[in-house]
Amino acid sequence: MRLRLTTDMIRDDMLDRVETLSGQKLMACYQCGRCSAGCPVVDEMDIVPSEVIRLLQLGQLDEVLASKTIWTCASCLQCASRCPKGVEFSNICDALRAIALRARLSEPRVDADEVTPVMVTDAPQMGVVGALRKLNG
Amino acid sequence: MKIPYYPGCTLHERARDFDVSAKECAKALGVELEELPIWTCCGAVYPLVTDSVMDVLAGVRNLSYASRLGDKVVTLCSFCYNVLKRSNNVMRGNKDKRDKANLFLRADTEARERIPSYTHEDYEGQVEVLHYIEMLRDVVGYDRVAEAVTKKLEGLKVAPYYGCMLLRPAKEMKFDDPEQPTIFEEFLEALGCDVVDFPMKTECCGGFQVVKDEDLAASCSQNVVVSAVKRDADVIVTTCPLCRYNLDRHQDKMAEEVKGFRKLPVIYFTQLLGIALGVDKEHLDFSDNTVDPRPVLAEKSLI
Amino acid sequence: MEERIGVFVCHCGTNIAATVDVKRVAEELAGYPGVAFSTDYTYMCSDPGQNMVKDAIKEHDLTGVIVAACSPTLHEATFRRAGTAAGMNPYQVEISNIREQCSWVHQGDKDAATDKAIRTIKVMIEKARLDEALDPISVPMTPRALVVGGGIAGIQAALDIANAGHEVVLVEKEASIGGHMAQLSETFPTLDCSQCIMTPKMVEVAQHPKVTLLTYSEVDDVSGYVGNFKVKVRKKASYVNRDVCTGCGLCSEKCPAKAPSEFDEGLAERPAIYTPFPQAVPNKPVLDASHCTWFLKDGKCGVCAKVCPLDCIDYEQQDEFVEYEVGAIVVATGYDLYPIENMGEYGGGKYPDVVTSLQFERMLSASGPTGGEVRRPSDGEIPKEVVFLTCCGSRDPESHLPYCSKVCCMYLTKHAMLYKHNVHEGQAYVFYMDVRTGGKGYEEFYTRAAEEDDVLYIRGKVSKIFEEDGKVMVWGVDTLSGKKIEIAADMAVLGLATVPNAAARDLANMLKIHQNEWGFLSEAHPKLRPVESLAPGFYIAGAAQGPKDIPESVAQASGAASKVAALFAEKEYHREPIIANIDEDTCAGCRVCVSVCPYDAAEFDEEKKVAHIKEAICEGCGACIAACPSGSATQKNLTDDQLYKMVSAALEG
Repeated sequence: MRLRLTTDMIRDDMLDRVETLSGQKLMACYQCGRCSAGCPVVDEMDIVPSEVIRLLQLGQLDEVLASKTIWTCASCLQCASRCPKGVEFSNICDALRAIALRARLSEPRVDADEVTPVMVTDAPQMGVVGALRKLNG
Repeated sequence: MKIPYYPGCTLHERARDFDVSAKECAKALGVELEELPIWTCCGAVYPLVTDSVMDVLAGVRNLSYASRLGDKVVTLCSFCYNVLKRSNNVMRGNKDKRDKANLFLRADTEARERIPSYTHEDYEGQVEVLHYIEMLRDVVGYDRVAEAVTKKLEGLKVAPYYGCMLLRPAKEMKFDDPEQPTIFEEFLEALGCDVVDFPMKTECCGGFQVVKDEDLAASCSQNVVVSAVKRDADVIVTTCPLCRYNLDRHQDKMAEEVKGFRKLPVIYFTQLLGIALGVDKEHLDFSDNTVDPRPVLAEKSLI
Repeated sequence: MEERIGVFVCHCGTNIAATVDVKRVAEELAGYPGVAFSTDYTYMCSDPGQNMVKDAIKEHDLTGVIVAACSPTLHEATFRRAGTAAGMNPYQVEISNIREQCSWVHQGDKDAATDKAIRTIKVMIEKARLDEALDPISVPMTPRALVVGGGIAGIQAALDIANAGHEVVLVEKEASIGGHMAQLSETFPTLDCSQCIMTPKMVEVAQHPKVTLLTYSEVDDVSGYVGNFKVKVRKKASYVNRDVCTGCGLCSEKCPAKAPSEFDEGLAERPAIYTPFPQAVPNKPVLDASHCTWFLKDGKCGVCAKVCPLDCIDYEQQDEFVEYEVGAIVVATGYDLYPIENMGEYGGGKYPDVVTSLQFERMLSASGPTGGEVRRPSDGEIPKEVVFLTCCGSRDPESHLPYCSKVCCMYLTKHAMLYKHNVHEGQAYVFYMDVRTGGKGYEEFYTRAAEEDDVLYIRGKVSKIFEEDGKVMVWGVDTLSGKKIEIAADMAVLGLATVPNAAARDLANMLKIHQNEWGFLSEAHPKLRPVESLAPGFYIAGAAQGPKDIPESVAQASGAASKVAALFAEKEYHREPIIANIDEDTCAGCRVCVSVCPYDAAEFDEEKKVAHIKEAICEGCGACIAACPSGSATQKNLTDDQLYKMVSAALEG
């Protein structure tokens, strides 16, 4: 399917919002793919990190917000650490999740009922707190 | 010598073995870890979005409490260290957020309720956030640690696991080289053990994702543990309760998935230090481990 | 004498005329005191425009000329030449900038721009009224060149200058000339054997009657100025009498001490007394005292002295200093590779089977440490899968170097091809971001690699390399298909960034040649003056100026040589006379000028007890003039009187 690219599409206000919220310049990414290459959870993602940024550069925010990728990120910061252009994909992920949750485009990902008993009794609480903050907003 | 200490919520609950061993080791080295009289959870994760002041308040408040005890605060948990250090940088470098955060701190009633003599002082980043290992290296000195060792851990092959939050982002954390760190290796050498350098020592264990997707975390942890197994380690040491949980918990699954897998116990570096310093074994509790470290430690005549 | 100034207002097409009312400007200035002729024209720099100036000088007997046009950096020389052709002293021709400093920056307000143009020209009229006729300063030219660096660029420059009939002193810090090109196995895109094409030039330069070749030597000090440099060269103690030595090699054969071979990039060892490679020029050894048993263990050993048939070994030898007078200096100090220690994500040098590009080059070389076979340093096995990485350290403004090192795409393609020619069943993978093939025949070379030699090019940057189970694990990505890639290779070759030779930084500082923030020597103009530095008499060539391949280095070297030859074509060197001078009558001898001069052009005359400007060095910067407390230091054709009148004209309009 052909993507009809327009100036409005690639200069959408929402993309500015992504940049402001994440503190990253989307156009700084020159698509080397190193973030994808070093991501520990990339196998579980539907769109790899460098592709997420590419889609944003092409104005395709909706596709990105609907992805599994932004919920899979473990915030390990390896992508940010290795990027030759200093683009912190981890921060873009946080920003995309924030946009999705705040605009109610997505439900909070961790349902309290879903958290297994073993999690509650055995797992270190920093993990539960971390997960709730990252995935539920 | 006293030094302010921030344990973090997990050290008081699920990772009590970490807290106790750390305190006893410090004592053996002449340092009293003075726990902050009032503290809360730091928030566990540092917010990566730019518009939140609220999200850093938990960390900032604890730093503010620490500033009453001294100009340093020591912590053990990697998550806490990362949150406190980065929140501290915000308070030092971002005037707008600093002013807003202090507005909230001024309205903090809990401190006044718990400590009648408490009066508010603005926090501006005056505290230095130290990890326990930095305290060992810079305040105590590794040579003093080596001198205090009563039982050299000879023959024990130890793989130090750094994980993510100690090292990254490197420009803010300034903890060690993010790709080839050596601070733990140097520490282990002081204890006399064989240090095992393994390639996955700075890769993620899966972190908080274990709550939502345990398989994902198991897969990340497998990557780390298998790497250490291949380098012939006897034990992995870590400084993060979540890392310990992830690496330790999923080894049954790893044994199923990986041919020739050997279970590796995962313990806190302070527990190892405790053994070397001759700390009383009632303070070295290994009952929380899924993979029991006692057999391999006994085999090397260390316990 | 009556002043008769000619004013010529240029339209510069619409550049000036669209904003400044050039006709009104010319009309108003016609009546200004001292102006004898005033006109306007579309393009003053054109032939008709210049002729207009020449004709007016003669017809109206002008004593000075103002051309109101673009910046003097563009056409001051043009109009001075026109003035000279018409018999006027060139220093009485002035430019008034009414473009860059007027029409181009005030496009919104035409009245104000026109008024400003008039004032700007009046300023220069006031200057011209008091300008004196000046003669260029002539200094003698020593037609001998110093070339620093004996790599391909230095060799080429030395040869070209020598063939133009001038003497050359070629100084090289290693024991042999040849530089990095001598280390290469084959060169792209022809796959010529590097040493085969280079050694004829090496021998030619060594045997050239006009070239003095000093190897194992360094430039210790340079003083003086263009045409008249005094250079002190340190000939480092080699502990070998290289004049008598015949290069028989017995000493190296018998030497028991070992050191990592620099030429073989640490993949092999060499003895303490060594010749760097078999085709070395000169083929005479040097003794490296830092690895020599005699020096380290207080006189134990001494085998080389015992076996030398001509008694050439001299443990007492000292550094020797030689001085030369030269007129020009060509700096061609070359490059080094970005240190592998900085790439922690690829092991930082701790994995033996992750090698640098120069190490791989030595492996490919038939005279190299593995006899031309590609073998893993860890176990000597032949690798069946090799991964090549571009951009190791380059194009990484965040953590390493922001620039592109230009040659790596090509040489890694070459490596991949040569590996395949070497190991027929082997597979080469090249991880790239862009394959940059800008030179002649380069794109075709890359096509050959991808289509005929089955080199698999994968578009993505490798995140991590580590060793596991005897394999080199490479974690990369293919951005074109969106897949994370893992390769369990036998070996990895890093295309490390090119950086300027480390030792050359100090040299450049000593010579006061400007470097950019990465240490590359700065050219005088990035487009139009690529082979000279801003400091007169200094020329630059080769990779020391920026990453480049061999043909570009050779071309740049020849370019630098032609500049030197042009310099030497005149017996004297002419300098601009618009410099400082000191009124000895009023000079108090305070020496403030001596301390502020950045060019060391002001000196104190101990006998007369006054300061004196060395005309040959002064650049006319004005620092001493501003600093002089007695007002004794003035600038020719920019006196205080002129300046006051110029400022008044600007302010009063």
